Amino acid sequence: MNAGQNLKMVKNALGREVPVEIPGLGKFEPYVSPFDYLGRALFRTQETRPIRPREPRHDKVTDDIRKAVERSGLENGMTISFHHHLRNGDAVVPAVLKALSEMGFKDLSLAPSSLSDSHDMVADYFRNGLVTRLFSSGARGEVGRAISAGELDIPVVLRSHGGRARAVEQGEMPIDVAFLAAPLCDKYGNMTGSGGRSACGSLGYAQVDARHARHVIAVTDSLTDYPLRPRISVPQYLVDQVLVVDSIGDPSKIATGAARISRNPVDLRIARNAFDLIAASGLLTNGCSFQVGAGGASLAVAAYVKDYMKENRIKGAFGLGGMSGYMIEMLEQGYFEAMLDVQSFDSAVTDSMTRNPNHIEIDASCYANPFNKGCTAHNLDIVVLAALDIDVDFNVDIQTGHDGVLRGAIGGHPDTAAGAKLAVVVAPSFRGGVPTIKERVTTVCTPGETIDAFVTERGICVNPRREDLLASARAARLPVKDIRELKEEVEKLTGVPDPPEFDRSRVVAVIENRDGTLLDTARAVGPGPGRGLV
Amino acid sequence: MKAAARAEKKDEKKRRPCRSMLYMPGNNPGMMQHVPAFGADSVLLDLEDAVSDREKDAARHLVSRFVGEIDFGDTLVTVRVNGADTPWFQKDLEEVIPAAPAAVRVPKCHSPEDVKHADDLIGRIEREHGMLPGGVKIHAMLETAHGIEQAFEIARASERVEALTLGGQDLTADLGVQKTRDGVELFYARGRVVMAAKAAGLMAFDTVWTDIDDMEGLKAEAKLAVQMGFTGKAAIHPSQVEAIHEAYRPDPKELRRAFRIIGAAERAEREGKGVISVDGRMVDGPVVTRAFSLIGLGRLYGIEEEEDIR
Repeated sequence: MNAGQNLKMVKNALGREVPVEIPGLGKFEPYVSPFDYLGRALFRTQETRPIRPREPRHDKVTDDIRKAVERSGLENGMTISFHHHLRNGDAVVPAVLKALSEMGFKDLSLAPSSLSDSHDMVADYFRNGLVTRLFSSGARGEVGRAISAGELDIPVVLRSHGGRARAVEQGEMPIDVAFLAAPLCDKYGNMTGSGGRSACGSLGYAQVDARHARHVIAVTDSLTDYPLRPRISVPQYLVDQVLVVDSIGDPSKIATGAARISRNPVDLRIARNAFDLIAASGLLTNGCSFQVGAGGASLAVAAYVKDYMKENRIKGAFGLGGMSGYMIEMLEQGYFEAMLDVQSFDSAVTDSMTRNPNHIEIDASCYANPFNKGCTAHNLDIVVLAALDIDVDFNVDIQTGHDGVLRGAIGGHPDTAAGAKLAVVVAPSFRGGVPTIKERVTTVCTPGETIDAFVTERGICVNPRREDLLASARAARLPVKDIRELKEEVEKLTGVPDPPEFDRSRVVAVIENRDGTLLDTARAVGPGPGRGLV
Repeated sequence: MKAAARAEKKDEKKRRPCRSMLYMPGNNPGMMQHVPAFGADSVLLDLEDAVSDREKDAARHLVSRFVGEIDFGDTLVTVRVNGADTPWFQKDLEEVIPAAPAAVRVPKCHSPEDVKHADDLIGRIEREHGMLPGGVKIHAMLETAHGIEQAFEIARASERVEALTLGGQDLTADLGVQKTRDGVELFYARGRVVMAAKAAGLMAFDTVWTDIDDMEGLKAEAKLAVQMGFTGKAAIHPSQVEAIHEAYRPDPKELRRAFRIIGAAERAEREGKGVISVDGRMVDGPVVTRAFSLIGLGRLYGIEEEEDIR
């Protein structure tokens, strides 16, 4: 482990210390404001990928993973990527890393769209030197613990989904070889996630990598007749090889049962408060757009929204984001004209895209890349987002646990918060006896300037920047509370926990804003040098 | 000052509203800590049926500490103790009363003696702890045929009795009948409980709706409780609170008239007149009192002026 890093740090506009340069990664700029990038000069794309023409009827199929790797031209020091559409059922990342390790590769950059709970073994490859750099949306479980313990010498770069699409398209993070799990694939590499025994729905994150990686390998366990039909998510002309394996994942963990509306009374109270605020905002009208997660209180907000739309005969334009079965139900029942799906969450959505032309697959760039010519997150009216912690400036932490260890994923949080007209963060006011509102969150993942309100079971805190929303909430007699007052109210119950202890000299990860500037820095957990056990 | 606020200031008989009384198991600190978030007018921390025999002591300690130390906000706090026929009754009171809940609910009140017995014990505990005598009220729970038949006597058994409450579950068992969706088997008991409570100047609480998935059934039963004159209705799950409150939402026409009545009353007072007339008709004392309480109720739904009525 490399102790003293001696990185040169500066304070960004949020008062957070961030490095100006990281050996092995390059130079960084500090975060200024959500849309500061609009005022900057044109951005330069750095690299285009080489084109290798192929002869007619070129054979792309192999069942030998080593051969596929050899043909890809992968070398030590290069960057490999994966998508996370197979969620907790993914078997492609483990299989590929195992093969690369056995082949003796070293010093690779791992750049998946995210990592899930099924990827604990990635930490083993930090330890044996296969993976020395990680770029991801999330770091959970053993991977989070290894990072927070400082097991990687080079800090991890954590980005939002839109930020990753930007970095890939801009050439900031060139991908050498993309190993793309393909639930249904033909011999020439046409692939989709809507079919096959490991069906996962949208392949939105894979599409970006397929367009920009130097070499693309489709990894499938369901090779189908050419041409794949009726829908193609990634077309053959982007795919170099088709690697056939026994299994790309565990279907029961890829397509879980449809998420149910929470019956937890605290979640329902949070959802009710969030819905009341959304209704008071006046945004729920014909042609509105809406995004909500699949967890706890979020889905319950969707249920209240649906009842309201029914009662008031409102039809929305589109729902966006990670798609749950509940949102697809709302599409089928006519509450929205279309669903724009970058990632499908549960079993209810896997074949809906084939059946329903208004269930539309969109890629990660279309979803949230701030630097393309217009992403859907920027067309969004309302988004309901979760949080681990939030602070009195409304900065949100979706990455750090109460013990200081990295354990979450940024996802589309900062993208939709910046793009939506109304970004509502929902969370219980305390969890496990630990209050959610902090004076300062440990790690800023989404800047408070982009959050309009924080909603708990104990009341609604409107960002003072949104005087109009505050006035609407008050006029509707909603339980509005100043965020500091709510913080104190909760602390009367819970007390104020001691913050986790960090080794301030050891940077283990940086959090990139969507535009590539740095929002914050994560440090190693535990006492620093000279402060060891007494 | 807005009309409703003025009315409330003048309403001397005003009580804290108690449309809903949310049951909460006394052995579940995870739920109890969230009480203020559920919006119920009152909460009933249960030491009786919700708590198994082996957890009685732990629940009693927990509830007493909670009541004594936690800020429940605007929620009125009551505790249901175990019955006088159990080994826990006296211990429950000895530990709970010093924490000064607004009231204890005494289950299975068969006769006035049950109430007097509880009253004596509570009085003694209050004295021992230097508490205001009579500060902790009794909500007498009637859940046997005998108790229902003695409703008025029970209501008048002690100054401490503040409410009668109907326990529908045990009563149907005692009657040997099934609880049905429309609750016709409880109709007489409901009427009897309300009548006795009102005759004695007390509050009356209706029994719980047990099927938490059947919101329509709850709404219908809550509406019935309102029609029959219950002060409030018990809820066994936080999701039931809103439906119960909706049932108590004052009728817009009636509420408009109430605003006109108190307007006329204010004018009459200014002009030194003894007689009030509204819409060309004379209005007497009880009607004015009812108008005050209706406007107080309206405030809970955000209605401060006649113009606020949708």
